Amino acid sequence: MAKVEEKRSTLPKGVLKDVLREMLLIRRFEEKVEERFRAGELPGFLHVAIGQEACAVGVCRALEDGDIIASTHRAHGHTLAKGTHPNELMAELYGKTEGCSHGYGGSMHLYDVQHGNMGANAVVGGGLPQMAGAALAFQMRGEPRVAVAFFGDGATNIGTFHEALGMAQLWKVPAVFVLEDNKWAESTPESQHSPIRDLSDRAKAFGMKALKADGQDVEAVYKTARQALDHARSGKGPVFVHLDTARLHGHYIGDPQVYRDKNEAKKLAETRDPITLLRERIGIPDDEFDELDAEAAEIAEASVEFAKAGTDPAPEDALKNVYA
Amino acid sequence: MPELSYREAVRDAIATAMREDEDVFIMGEDIAEMGGSMGVTHGLLEEFGPERIRNTPIAEMALAGAAIGAAVQGMRPIAEIMYEDFLTLASEQIVNQAAKHRYMSGGQVTVPVVFRTQGGAGWSPGAQHAQQLEAWFVHIPGLKVVFPSTPEDVRGLLWSSIYDDNPIVFFEHRTLYGIKGDVPEKIEPIPIGKARVHREGEDVTVIATGRLVHESLKAAEEAESQGVSVEVVDPRTLQPLDTETIVGSVKKTNRAVVAHEAVTRMGFGAEVAAVLQYEAFDWLDAPVERVGAKFTPLPFAPVMEQFVVPHAEDVLQAILRTVGKA
Repeated sequence: MAKVEEKRSTLPKGVLKDVLREMLLIRRFEEKVEERFRAGELPGFLHVAIGQEACAVGVCRALEDGDIIASTHRAHGHTLAKGTHPNELMAELYGKTEGCSHGYGGSMHLYDVQHGNMGANAVVGGGLPQMAGAALAFQMRGEPRVAVAFFGDGATNIGTFHEALGMAQLWKVPAVFVLEDNKWAESTPESQHSPIRDLSDRAKAFGMKALKADGQDVEAVYKTARQALDHARSGKGPVFVHLDTARLHGHYIGDPQVYRDKNEAKKLAETRDPITLLRERIGIPDDEFDELDAEAAEIAEASVEFAKAGTDPAPEDALKNVYA
Repeated sequence: MPELSYREAVRDAIATAMREDEDVFIMGEDIAEMGGSMGVTHGLLEEFGPERIRNTPIAEMALAGAAIGAAVQGMRPIAEIMYEDFLTLASEQIVNQAAKHRYMSGGQVTVPVVFRTQGGAGWSPGAQHAQQLEAWFVHIPGLKVVFPSTPEDVRGLLWSSIYDDNPIVFFEHRTLYGIKGDVPEKIEPIPIGKARVHREGEDVTVIATGRLVHESLKAAEEAESQGVSVEVVDPRTLQPLDTETIVGSVKKTNRAVVAHEAVTRMGFGAEVAAVLQYEAFDWLDAPVERVGAKFTPLPFAPVMEQFVVPHAEDVLQAILRTVGKA
């Protein structure tokens, strides 16, 4: 019954320190990713979710064993929050066989099926219909599981979003659609990409229950996610969760952000950093915070060492895994 | 041996799998009460109910994507895409998602889904309801592509497709739904990747798919009467391709014609021709002939449509060219 205790509708204070630890780990991990990318060690195309840690941690903390997620191109936080070891994630970013996708995926295709991560997705909105379908499978088999799709505000314009939400609501499948609304679709601000100002209104068109929360407040995210998951799990249908969040860095690592007022990110970092907000909320002493922070930095550093010592796939391994 | 129509054979494979296995279900547009636009799922709603004979909104991306998502969770869904033309709408999910999940995950995921669809000209629907797009999907690593032409093959191959752990695009030909043929009493799975030699011959091999298998058999009869012995091979599955049977046949006959209803240029026959020129170069006594549709969208007016798509006569002329009799 310990599980029931743990999955209360709010996070007890003791747990909040763990939550802070987890958010700090994601932050330091992603900063390390930025650093190693700039050092020329990481191939490919990388997107960090610095500023959005409370969304990932708040939602994933609320999940039960057996629940699954589909992530986006901005997937490091979701992946860590869903339980993948930082070493395995970093090894994937270095293209090593020890990586969570064994070197076949990379940053935009992080999978960890054992931990219920059904894949990050490099196509905006790509995972949404699949989570509707996974939820359909749970429903047909009578399993008390929920499928969760993360996506950004940019995805609310693509066809898969509309088709998937309509279908999910029509069939009342146990899915939760988590909008991480950071107000930017790559370089395009919401005012230029969406005809409506409140993206929760999208859910209304499908008759879908919509919940809103401050995505920088991890307790609020957790509480809202719990409510959404309970609703979906109880057979009442899917829920649209709208998290108001902030992308403190660029769209991709190296993005000069010519499209964005320089003061905006600075101001957001000062006022909307979810880690600072949580730190203040729980009133953790500085030395304790520094200890947690140092620990997170160490784990991130260790993940780089693990990854660098990892195994390169043989080039011809590229021919494996095409078919089952 | 019982006789079934191609349509009944498809239905029998679906119904039998669904009777034996709760993980199998079918979803698609108008497949429940209406029984599908081609009548394939007619009667199944009564037996299996609306959960497993699942009508969907007209939303091919969600239809394909939901089938993928359910498949990854261990179901064996069949997604009916009403017309091949609408595969273009579902393509993001089929091409970027279904075909690549296993690969991108480093082997963690299996996607046992069948995308059943149909197309084919001969009834003047115009340019958006009868295209033959199989070649598009053969080009995508991670997908298997099946295109049966007889009742026995369509039943045995659909069965194997349902139980294959890979995403499969399963092409049926509209004009074949009514043809009848003997099938085994009990469903016998047909291995994916095995061609069928429909007719043995000595002088020319015709490698044909879909409706053109039947046109090629007619052409072979006519060629026979003109003293040319024709072997007709249906690959049945385009990916994986049974090159052994095809190349073996051409090494015997020394001449080849590839025939399909899809547009000739960049069609599936182009790949077969390339395989043959490489693997049977020293055996070929004539250039590989290609038969397919002219390079145009499908027109509406019946006389124009008939002109655009290939028929037995086109196959016959190609056969005769390979033996210098045209």
